[in-house]
Amino acid sequence: MDAVVVEAVTRAYGDVVALRDMSLRVDGGEVVAVVGPSGCGKSTLLELVCGLQRPDAGRVDSGPAVLMPQRDLLLPWSSALDNAALPLLVHGVSRGAARERARPLFAQLGLEGFEAARPDELSGGMRQRVAFLRTLLAGKPVLALDEPFASLDALTRSQMQEWLAEALAREPRTVLLVTHDVEEAVVLADRVVVMSPRPGRAVGEIEVGLPRPRVRTDPAAVSLRERALEMLT
Amino acid sequence: MRRAALPTVLVLALLGAWEAYAQLGSVDDFLLPAPTEVADSLWTDRSLLWHDFRVTAGEVLLGIGVALVAGIACAVALHFSALLRRATYPLLVASQTVPIVVIAPLLVVWLGYDLAPKLAIIGLICFFPVTVTALDGLRGVDPELRKLMRTLDASRWQTFRRVEAPAALPSVLSGAKIAVAVAVIGAVLAEQAGSSEGLGHLILQAIPQFETARAYAAVVVLSAFAVILFGALSLAERRLVPWAHRSQGDSPA
Repeated sequence: MDAVVVEAVTRAYGDVVALRDMSLRVDGGEVVAVVGPSGCGKSTLLELVCGLQRPDAGRVDSGPAVLMPQRDLLLPWSSALDNAALPLLVHGVSRGAARERARPLFAQLGLEGFEAARPDELSGGMRQRVAFLRTLLAGKPVLALDEPFASLDALTRSQMQEWLAEALAREPRTVLLVTHDVEEAVVLADRVVVMSPRPGRAVGEIEVGLPRPRVRTDPAAVSLRERALEMLT
Repeated sequence: MRRAALPTVLVLALLGAWEAYAQLGSVDDFLLPAPTEVADSLWTDRSLLWHDFRVTAGEVLLGIGVALVAGIACAVALHFSALLRRATYPLLVASQTVPIVVIAPLLVVWLGYDLAPKLAIIGLICFFPVTVTALDGLRGVDPELRKLMRTLDASRWQTFRRVEAPAALPSVLSGAKIAVAVAVIGAVLAEQAGSSEGLGHLILQAIPQFETARAYAAVVVLSAFAVILFGALSLAERRLVPWAHRSQGDSPA
């Protein structure tokens, strides 16, 4: 499976240097979480990986990557099913065939019965699941997730994290997950990369290595969380 | 129907005041006919009004159609080409400042006495609101959404078709609503500049004949027509772009 390599990358917007000498590696099928203070260039990192931006210096090498933005950005005029099937429609799959491929996934994600619902009729957690389905159906080996659960309440967020862990166990992908939530990083990732404040660069790395499914209150998970938090401060 | 109650009361109150002023005051009937006289004219001149209304309504509908097609086509072209946008946007704004009253008679001389100058004038007036609102709608799409579409490998055309065009639809309908209101004024101006029929022509004829009530009756018909068109568009809006009216807070979750 495709890996992601970011090597000594610098990216600046005018006088503001978002990333300086940032390096990172995600092996094929690995889940790497990037944590860092807000404004440390995490979103820039994802856009570089997705090819939406070019680095000013350094090298970014990644397999085809799809971005799951922070906000769900569902199309308000389309049904949940058509929103999930959007990547297929864009790739020229007929509407009928695209829906048939998306439909079984709805049941898997507990979205059954909401296929025809418009986004504004769905709860935040459901919208995020539809957005994740859309990301999966893009059929790309690399997923770039930008704080996918930041907008959800704590309970929904932990449910969504469990659900994402299951989904990735079922259908492994190379995942670069950006988050400011250290707990989320420890629960979901194989490795956690800690970034410095702007200009962002990697200042530490934690091998999680806990068995799955993980429990956030597991003492081992808690101590990893503490280590990551220490690196952040 | 409670929503209709307030405007109805207001209209009745205004009509009452007008009636009282016209009846009790010393204003000449030729200057200000009472609402009852206007109503009387609406009835007695109904075949005349109906004939001229059909002419004007045809011009208005065709003119709005022309403006919508041309305006949307222009907005799409400007949306796709930054060069074109920079080059012609000032021109577009300038087109709106042309005093139609001045050029309407010239257009009549140039294009003839029939439908063509009317369509040109209505089209010219409506073109601007349609183009500007459509272009704003197309350009107002969330940049994050554009990025998402790019990572989904969407082509420029795919992004337009799947995202930008539907996102612009509420703006286009708003533009059409503005166009409806100004189109009626445009039709009257065009008819007064040179025409042998239509409500604008009827008004122009009625005033020197001291048939002021008839002129007012024509105005009533025109206003009612504009209100009905506006209402039809509002209805279409609710059917076509329901998402633009439901707020996020209404979600059941």
